[in-house]
Amino acid sequence: MSAPSNTILNLPDQSTAQLPRRNFINAEHGLLSWLFTSDHKRIAILYLISITFFFFIGGAFAGLIRLELLTPQPDLVSSDTYNKFFTMHGIIMIFLFLVPSVPATLGNFLIPMMIGARDLAFPKINLLSWYLYVIGGTLTLTALVLGGVDTGWTFTAPLSTHYLNTHVITTAFAIFVAGFSSVFTGLNFIVTIHRMRCPGMTWFRMPLFVWAHYAASILMVLGTPVLAIAMILIVLERLVGIGVFDPTKGGDPLLFQHLFWFYSHPAVYIMILPGMGVISEVVSTFSRKRIFGYTAVAFSSVAIALFGFFVWEHHMFIMGVSNYSALIFSLLTMLVAVPSAIKIFNWCFTLQMGSITFETPMLYAFGFMGLFTIGGLTGVFLGSLGMDIQLTETYFIVAHFHFVMVGGMLMAFLAGVHFWWPKMTGRMYPESLSKLAAVVTFIGFILTFMPQFVLGYLGMPRRYHAYPPEFQVLNVLSTAGATILGIGYLMPMIYLAWSLKYGAIAGNNPWQATGLEWQTQSPPLTENFTEIPIMDHEAYDYDWLEHKTADEVTHVA
Amino acid sequence: MHSAIANPQADQAQQHEHVSLPQHRHHFATPEQQREAGSFGMWLFLLTEIMFFGGLFFAYLLFRNWYYDAFVTASNQLSVPLGAVNTAILITSGFFMALAVWAAEVRKKNLLVLFLVLTTLLGFAFLGIKADEYHEKYEKHHIPGASFDTSQFINPAAYGLSEKPLAPDAAQKTQLFFFLYFAMTGMHALHMVLGLGILFWLMIRAQRGDFSSGYVAPIENFGLYWHFVDIVWIFLFPLLYLINRHPLAH
Repeated sequence: MSAPSNTILNLPDQSTAQLPRRNFINAEHGLLSWLFTSDHKRIAILYLISITFFFFIGGAFAGLIRLELLTPQPDLVSSDTYNKFFTMHGIIMIFLFLVPSVPATLGNFLIPMMIGARDLAFPKINLLSWYLYVIGGTLTLTALVLGGVDTGWTFTAPLSTHYLNTHVITTAFAIFVAGFSSVFTGLNFIVTIHRMRCPGMTWFRMPLFVWAHYAASILMVLGTPVLAIAMILIVLERLVGIGVFDPTKGGDPLLFQHLFWFYSHPAVYIMILPGMGVISEVVSTFSRKRIFGYTAVAFSSVAIALFGFFVWEHHMFIMGVSNYSALIFSLLTMLVAVPSAIKIFNWCFTLQMGSITFETPMLYAFGFMGLFTIGGLTGVFLGSLGMDIQLTETYFIVAHFHFVMVGGMLMAFLAGVHFWWPKMTGRMYPESLSKLAAVVTFIGFILTFMPQFVLGYLGMPRRYHAYPPEFQVLNVLSTAGATILGIGYLMPMIYLAWSLKYGAIAGNNPWQATGLEWQTQSPPLTENFTEIPIMDHEAYDYDWLEHKTADEVTHVA
Repeated sequence: MHSAIANPQADQAQQHEHVSLPQHRHHFATPEQQREAGSFGMWLFLLTEIMFFGGLFFAYLLFRNWYYDAFVTASNQLSVPLGAVNTAILITSGFFMALAVWAAEVRKKNLLVLFLVLTTLLGFAFLGIKADEYHEKYEKHHIPGASFDTSQFINPAAYGLSEKPLAPDAAQKTQLFFFLYFAMTGMHALHMVLGLGILFWLMIRAQRGDFSSGYVAPIENFGLYWHFVDIVWIFLFPLLYLINRHPLAH
């Protein structure tokens, strides 16, 4: 490609933009037309609504946890109830929010459009995936209403199989069902990316968003079934009372750990990779440059997926695994940091000499890059054997995980939702308000989770509802931060809903981005494109876009 | 859904290529693309199934190494003739399924229905024998749980068996074998039951003539699934029934 030029500094005039007369939202009417749709865009909207619902339920539990931890004494709830709170928070946030967050909403909506296809390969399976998600979510809520579950989201055996009398079976079954929703999403993406690309769309012309989803899909397809069998064994063990995981009967609790983390470690890459895809798109668009080292970023996604399968034992360093295997898994854990670092460095080099603008998605993307880097580096602490023994099961690991998942993934999710909101709804969100929300989220996040690193380092264990009084100052800071963070999340919820009716009309390509999804109307037609596009340029080719736009202008004149 | 909005281009393209395929979905550019996507999807699904069974196989291998004697003794309780007959039945069923795919490809409707029926019948025969084996375990109290009985492994002579007696705590480990036996063969049988359900649906559709015009993707993909279920059994049979049955010789 020729030297990158800073083609467009000003966003197009949107005052003349009009909502398209026909689009996927008004193609059919009525609730049933949504519930029985096979349009990937409508299913994405269904997913967006349902994961937002579960996000706020999971967030409510986070709020309750922080409220209890405001004081050292256990004064709000009993310890059993507290156990149920953090279990529900973890299960809902991980299985019902983070895993499907970007893939099932943005990925579902955008992958076919980005590769120039009319739909995913299997639209009905896509709809089935949403129904499985809803059934899994309903079962989780059922377990919650019936009295909750207090195993922690990790279902540690034999605690979960023999020592607790809460609704473990219902919850495990819920996760089993929701897992299949994830398998079907991943399967659909892989087949779509392999078989449905439009003419000229070679593998190395695909947006990095698609590459990231491809890598995440591999993890979904290969990892989730192992979680499914682990959950089935938990259910059977509780029903039959025989101990595959029960040491008193010759079973092996470590076997459960191996099966569980074989999925649940790759699962963090299922959660983060699609977010990294979002960041690649946003960083390129708002610095007006092709992503630096496109091929390296593309392959680093696949490398994360591959390495991600061989590091699971770093969750088990204190559980009595052999020292030698711990050594090897520690080394492998260091290895997975490399492709993540490649991404961060390449985004930084993309920014270098770019003409950067600070729209809301870009603010969130900056938040992602900073917070994910901190989260990633503290992950290196935890991957080191000696440090891990000191820090694991403390608030350090809680802070690390939330930096990666909330600071990383949730920021990326919000970046993506803002970035593609004009495409999905045809309307802009209010820019200044949303910039405020991005800043509030960032401040709230730092205030919530920075003190937790210190708390963990000082030795405050996770999953306790009481703590020594000397930890109170930091806990109060954290709870105060959580309040701000909550406001930061409520704001987009409100103004995005408001913008559905009152937002400015967006026009086809409000960001002057290069992806195929931006070269069509917003919101798109049910069939995405009036005719299947032909990809005759590289990804992120802003020169091509400039000439294309220039041509269009001549036409109108 | 797509037909609600007339799309002149797609309609034209479709008329160009295959007027005879009402099953062609409009979001695919060509029927070939649709067929390839379908079979690719099926292979991927089977990959998830391998990972699913993989967890059970892993557990089995682990405990077999740990509790070798108990696993060998418990394994001797399984009937090799019944297992072998079932293996033969399942392979034959798979053979008829392969013939069914061929019949669909050469568009022979009656032959297709016949082969699907034969596949189904042999599937039921397999499940029947499996049920008989399960029933025998029930009668001997070898189903894991509260009523599990280890006396036969502690004192085999009293039952007229020439096994090496196991200490009571080692005999308890046979329960793990039977749990894994039921979990693995049960999960396999569940896949067969689901497969038989789909077979009935395919028979109805075949009878209706759905697969007589060159549209064979469902038959082909189901064939892949059925062969996969066969292959799982091909691994289960030696692991559970055959390996080191009588290491008492030395």
